[in-house]
Amino acid sequence: MLAPAMLIIGVFHFYPLFYAFYISLHNWRIRKGSLVWFENYRTALENKDFWQSFINTTWFALITVPVTMVVALTLAYLLFQKVKFLGLFRTIYFLPYVTSAVAAAAVWSWVFSSRNGIANELLDVIGIGPQTWLQQPRGIFVLLSDGTGIPRPDWLHGPSLAMIAITITQIWHNLGFQIVVFLVGLGAISKELYEAARVDGAGERQVFFRITLPMLSPTIFLIAVISIIDAFKAFTPIYVMSTQSNVGQRPGGPLGTTETSVVYVLNQIYGANRYGYGAAAAMFLFLIILALTLFQLWVSRKWVKY
Amino acid sequence: MRVGTLRGRPEEIPHAAVADAARRLPFRFRPGRVVIYLVLTVGAIFCAFPFVWMVLSSLMTREEVNAFPPTLWPGEFRWSNYSEAWNSAPFARYFLNTFFIAGVIVVGVAITSLLAAYVFARIDFPGRGAVFAMLLATLMIPFEATLVPNFIMIRNLQIYNTYYALIIPWIASVFSIFLMRQSILSIPEELFEAATLDGCGHVRILRHVVLPLMRGPIAAVSVFSFLASWNSLLWPLIITSSEGIRPIQLGLSVFVHADANEPQLLMAASAFTIAPLLAIYFLAQRQFLEGIASTGLKG
Repeated sequence: MLAPAMLIIGVFHFYPLFYAFYISLHNWRIRKGSLVWFENYRTALENKDFWQSFINTTWFALITVPVTMVVALTLAYLLFQKVKFLGLFRTIYFLPYVTSAVAAAAVWSWVFSSRNGIANELLDVIGIGPQTWLQQPRGIFVLLSDGTGIPRPDWLHGPSLAMIAITITQIWHNLGFQIVVFLVGLGAISKELYEAARVDGAGERQVFFRITLPMLSPTIFLIAVISIIDAFKAFTPIYVMSTQSNVGQRPGGPLGTTETSVVYVLNQIYGANRYGYGAAAAMFLFLIILALTLFQLWVSRKWVKY
Repeated sequence: MRVGTLRGRPEEIPHAAVADAARRLPFRFRPGRVVIYLVLTVGAIFCAFPFVWMVLSSLMTREEVNAFPPTLWPGEFRWSNYSEAWNSAPFARYFLNTFFIAGVIVVGVAITSLLAAYVFARIDFPGRGAVFAMLLATLMIPFEATLVPNFIMIRNLQIYNTYYALIIPWIASVFSIFLMRQSILSIPEELFEAATLDGCGHVRILRHVVLPLMRGPIAAVSVFSFLASWNSLLWPLIITSSEGIRPIQLGLSVFVHADANEPQLLMAASAFTIAPLLAIYFLAQRQFLEGIASTGLKG
């Protein structure tokens, strides 16, 4: 009875980790080559594109996670105030989450079309010139500082405008899921706490910051860690939106500014057949996600009160 | 953050008093409430507008979508875009593939998970705890990190570019086993004792005692494995090479990348790709939301 599940999980989800490590120690292109020990890891750490992919992924997580969480928590908290049309709002907020990520990315690519996208039309309304969005490799801070004349330090470029467009898509896609989970968390806070606070004369702001937020901390923490892990594993919107074949832009473009870790690994396998090196690069991704997961387990045991 | 009036929550005020107040004050302007609805509406517009824009664009002519400034409302609804998009790529084939793959995976996951969960919950064997812990540890291995070995293994097994490769790795799920084990553990012990006294073995207990009580967990697990399989892109992308076995997501992404100059067709294709899932969502919205809530945070 145990055999079918254990066999599948063992062969395709457990063993491959060790196989990946084995592959990463070899010079492996299509066929297995010589044993090179940690040469692939060193090559990765000395490679500019590898670091760029790490920075891109970090930007992706740094933007999508906090923004999605703040917006989702705000909307969930407002929905919780016994509003009318609760069902309607919840249905609309949840729609993006049940939309396939490829179709969603296709629609947002069209919204951000450099020729005549609706995003450019919106910018036009507020008096900003058209942007090339998904084909724009320049950093957001560079563009902002050029546009407003506010000086910036030379080293500060920020994520490319293309990356910003992709993060907006990701935020849109995950909002509904987080709202639903926050609503569950809000519903689990006992009413007596609110009443007690009210009796003691607490104002709305105090109630929110002294009761709602602390009582919600397990939910907030879990969503945060899971979203960060998801951000490091993100693939579909980045792959679909960054590939602009009509201008010859490959996955991770323009100029590699949207090449996140998973896309980087894919490009090693797909374009270059560099299996050994790709496996080594993927090992770094695994270590980051492992560290985040262990951190989550450790903190939930120590700090979060259930 | 300016948030609304918790103070005004109805359950804190006796019903009679509310009715009384309502009679005396037909309308009371509360700025807090207005702000709440304003923010909620802005959020709703952000969530809904891509759908509206997708549908509007899908009904425009080629000239309208390529016009600058952009056309906001199609002159007349060109429904023929849908049939044109449908015929521009083998979408019928893509859908058939996806329903087949997702269907087999949903049934497969339910069966393998139920069997394994029953063993972990009800049958003691030496090392059970250790095996279960190992199983849970696999949750920490992201599939994205094992792409290379899985790709090489699929090649070595000589199932590259086959349905086997698209299905087999996914017909078992640690998360589903975990969820179902929790549900089985919550079944009262008396039920098992009664069944054992009646002479039932494990197979009959599983069929007649456990299975009828597992509708909820099976539904939740099915929703998730269906969504995951329907949405998967990375795996089909690396292990298929021919159009004939492509699932819809991969088919759509190829179509999107190949035909960037026909946005009206891309939007029509996106619309009919989204439609089945939205239909299921509207029909089974309660199960969807409860599934998310009950299975907690599995994204």
